[in-house]
Parts: sequence; structure tokens; C-alpha cells
Amino acid sequence: MTYLLRRLAVFPLVLIGVSIVVFVAIRMVPGDAITAMLGTEAGLLTPQQRAALAAYFGIDQPWFVQYGRWLLGLLHGDLGISTTYGRPVLDVILERFPLTLELALLSMLIALVVGVPAGVFAATRNEKLSDLGVRIAAMIGQSTPNFVLALLIIYTLSAGFGVLPAMGEFAPLWQDPLRNLGQLILPAITLGFAFAASVTRISRSAMLDVLSDDYVRTARSKGASARSVIWRHALPNALIPVVTLSGIEFGYLLGGAVIVEQIYALPGLGRLVLDAILQRDYALVQGCVLFIAFNFMIVNLLVDLAYAALDPRIRLGEN
Amino acid sequence: MRILKAIFAHTSGRIGGFIVGLYLLLAMLGLFGLTPHNPLTQYRVDRLHAPSAAYWMGTDLFGRDVASRLMTGIGQSFTVAFFSVAFATLAGTVLGLAAAWFGRRWDGLLMRIMDVLLAFPAILLALLIVAVAGPGTWTSVLAIGIVYTPIFTRVVRGPALSLKAREFVDAARTFGSSSGYILTRHLLLNLVAPLTVQVTLALAWALLTEAGLSFLGLGTQPPAASLGLMLSDSRNLMETAPWLMIFPGIAIMISILGFNLLGDALRDILDPKMRRAIA
Repeated sequence: MTYLLRRLAVFPLVLIGVSIVVFVAIRMVPGDAITAMLGTEAGLLTPQQRAALAAYFGIDQPWFVQYGRWLLGLLHGDLGISTTYGRPVLDVILERFPLTLELALLSMLIALVVGVPAGVFAATRNEKLSDLGVRIAAMIGQSTPNFVLALLIIYTLSAGFGVLPAMGEFAPLWQDPLRNLGQLILPAITLGFAFAASVTRISRSAMLDVLSDDYVRTARSKGASARSVIWRHALPNALIPVVTLSGIEFGYLLGGAVIVEQIYALPGLGRLVLDAILQRDYALVQGCVLFIAFNFMIVNLLVDLAYAALDPRIRLGEN
Repeated sequence: MRILKAIFAHTSGRIGGFIVGLYLLLAMLGLFGLTPHNPLTQYRVDRLHAPSAAYWMGTDLFGRDVASRLMTGIGQSFTVAFFSVAFATLAGTVLGLAAAWFGRRWDGLLMRIMDVLLAFPAILLALLIVAVAGPGTWTSVLAIGIVYTPIFTRVVRGPALSLKAREFVDAARTFGSSSGYILTRHLLLNLVAPLTVQVTLALAWALLTEAGLSFLGLGTQPPAASLGLMLSDSRNLMETAPWLMIFPGIAIMISILGFNLLGDALRDILDPKMRRAIA
């Protein structure tokens, strides 16, 4: 409990740190927001109009004043107005987030469904040819950058089957579930591939560790079937490192997959941040980064708690 | 020498070592301009030429030789990866040692700063730094270096803290050794093993991040070649000239595979505790 409180107490500190870094960094990007927003038309503005726009978006003040205002707004759940969209930042983020969340969940599902059985299979055939096969596949999987895989998938589909991945306007899950799944399945496989490889490797090594433990030997000597030993006795303990790894990867995926979203033309959080940075949309960059960092920290905290729940021997907060 | 022997005795070490060695050779040849063709020369008549005896990996939209561009691209990607990992190792080691040695407030302050940096997804932090400093080779080095510094700080701080509490450090202090001597002779020397493993694995990530930045157009700038940029350029020509995508794609994959294999082997060799777990 004290551990949880201590971790939660650090949260605001780290978030303030993150926000200051972003706040200062994005203002150091060359060029100004008004020009980035209006493009060549910015040249048509009179100095008065320009000043009025800057005042409207609150970017006419020195950075620390802007920061103070922004922080005050944050306490009221107000992240400012996006210069690109002309709407509240929080609305824009929450509009994009479901896609990113769904993609992250789908990728994790693929990784676990493929990775855990593959790892267990390899561990039970330790040092045999099939184990070697799984290990080589996992190593190659882990070394394949997702953007290379994405292009290979698109190429294979178009050259081999004459089909292109479903792009076009994105269909949210609750409006058109089938179309939505069709649009997300390839990106999810792309992101889930290396993820599955990591899960395979870690489940295999964890399973190997557990299989040599005394309690597994006891279960065996008591006459438990091989299947029961593996799935009932060994696997639950071997899953602990898998939970940690999956949680951390999931936390990263919640930050949006910038490149994969770009390749598959998906309007997720990753592309939102990239565009916001390129557009110098100060408020949007700040809001997105804070949102992503917050999610990441929450997920990490949950992983730690799950870790302690799965293994009662672990007492958090003690060294 | 002993390490080299151990790497050669280790299967994935042998394969990883061979791959990394081959890439280093290609990178050197690429950097010194010893390529089959000039990577920037445009052979207009031979635009989008399929792989042949004259152009081993074909030519691109401008009639430039893909094999030569691949070699200079590898040189470019490796330069960025090496310098950025060197930056991260140096900065991370200094910060990690400082946190462990000075302890208390310094430790708290430094590690909270690292927490802040770690709360950013890697590519996002790199993007932000590139946006501030403008895209280019040295910006990529700086961005990737900063992104991976917290990891090295953590790798150094943990073991340094436990080493600091060991008897031989107390003994050295009693004998009147200076802090600098203890830090370098007793702490740093014992950290070489975990650092070596981390450096090898970080090189794989750095190659990946560099390729990602270049893919987004924020890393190496045209007309210079880089693996990520070549891959990005290949996207619209995928069906007419698949070689433009396949060769750089496979080149990136195998380079990362090489460092991953080597890193795993080094972890096996240098950290006996991990030996079973990784296999």
C-alpha cells in the first residue's frame, strides 16, 4: 500500500517534468505556429490580425506565462485549443485514442495467442530440432522492424493476390465492426509480429526455468500427466515475466505506432503527434505527449502490481 | 582475446559476429566510396533497371545503382548508430556513476530526470528532438543518443550501488585511494561486462530508430543514401520495382539480427547467471 502511494506521489512530478520538457522543446522548433497553421496565406495577415490570432491561442506571452496558464487549465481538464483543428485538444485526442487502444489490444492478443503456446512448445522440446526452429523464427521475428514487415505484407498482398489493404476512411468499431477489423487486422499483425517473437522467447526461457523447479518434479513424481504438469503447475508461474513484458510493450503501443499508422494510413495517436510536431501545433503536442506519458506510467504501475499479485513472494518497494 | 574465442565457440555468437563483421566491411567500403558505381550518379538510360550483372541490385527511379546506395546507406546508418550509442554509453555511465557515488539528493534528482525521459516513447522523443534541431545526420546522433541515455544510466547505477557497498571499495578507501581511482579502477572496471552487452543490443535499437527516422523523412536527407530513406522511397514503386524495397528491407533486418545474436551471445558469455534464461 505504501508502495502504491509512493509510486502515485511520483506521478505528478514526472508528468510536470515531461510537460516542461515538451513545452520548452516544441517552442524551440524553428518557425512560428501561425505560419505553420495558415501556410502561404499567413503572408496576407496584417500584423494586427497576426497578433489577435496569437492572443486567441495564447501564444503571445513568454513561455513561462504560457506554461502557468496551461498548467492551470490542465487542473480544470482543459488542454487548450489545437491550432490545426481549431477544437479543444482533449476532444481531438479522445477521438483518435480508441483506434490506438484497439490496435494495441489486437496486437497484444496476437502476440499472446501465438507467443505463449510457441514458447511452451519449444521449452518442452528443449534442444530438439523443433525447439531450434521456434528459436530461430523468434529471433528473426524480433529483428524485423515493423515498417519493413508492413511493406513486405503490402507487397505480398498486391503482387501475389492483387489486393490492397483496406484503407480509405477509417470505420470505428461501434459503427462498422467488420470493416473496422478489416482495416486493423494487417496493422495489428505487423505490430504483433515482433511482439509475439519476444513473448515466445520469454515464455520459453521462463518455462524452462520453472520446469526444473522442485515443485514440478514433485508433481511429476506424484504421477500427474505431462499435460497437467505443463499447463496447470508450470505455466501459471512461467507467465509472470510474460505479463511484465506484455505490459511494457502494451504501454509503448498505447503511445501510438507512428510509422505503422503512417504506412497503413490510420488516423491514430502516433500520426496525430507526428503531424502536430510538423505543424508546430503547440497545444496539441503538449496534450498528446502528456496523455501518452500518463498512460505509459499507469500501465507500468499496473504491471508492477500484477507482478506482485501473481507472485506473493515479491514484496514491492523492498530492495 | 578470451572474449573473441568465447564468441566463436558460441553458435549465435559466431553467426552474429559474422554478420556484424560483414556489415562493418560493407559500411567501410561504402564510407570510403569503394562501391561498384558512384551512389549519386544517375544513369538515366537505365532507370528502374532490374537486378543484372551491371547493377547487382538494380537501379532506382533516377537510375542510381541500388547496390552502391545500399553500401553507402549501411555506412551512414552504422555511423549514426555507433556515434549515438557512444554518446548514450558515455553520458549514461557518467550519470549512473554520479548517481550511485554521490547518492541521496543527487541520486534522487538524476533518476527522476531519467524517469521523465523514460516516460516518452523512444521514437516520439527522437521526433521531438529532430523537430527542434532540424533533420540531419548529427541531429539523429544526438536524438538517438539522448533517447538511450536513461537505459545506460540505469544499467550502470544499479550494479555501481551494490559495488560501492562492497568490502574492497571500503578497503581501497582505507588505503587512501582517491574517489577518481576507486570510480575508474574498482567500479567502472566491474561494469564493463554489463555495459558490453547493453552496447551491442543498443546498436540494434539505434539502427532501428535511425531507419525509422529516415523513413519518416526526418533522418538522413536526400540525395544521401540511408536504408530507411531507400525503403521509404520504394513505397510508390513497389509493384514496378520490388527490388527497391526488398534489398534495403532485408539489409536492415539482417543488420539488426546480427547485433541481436551477438548481444545474446555476449550476455551468455559475460553473465553466467543469465546463461540458462536466454539460450
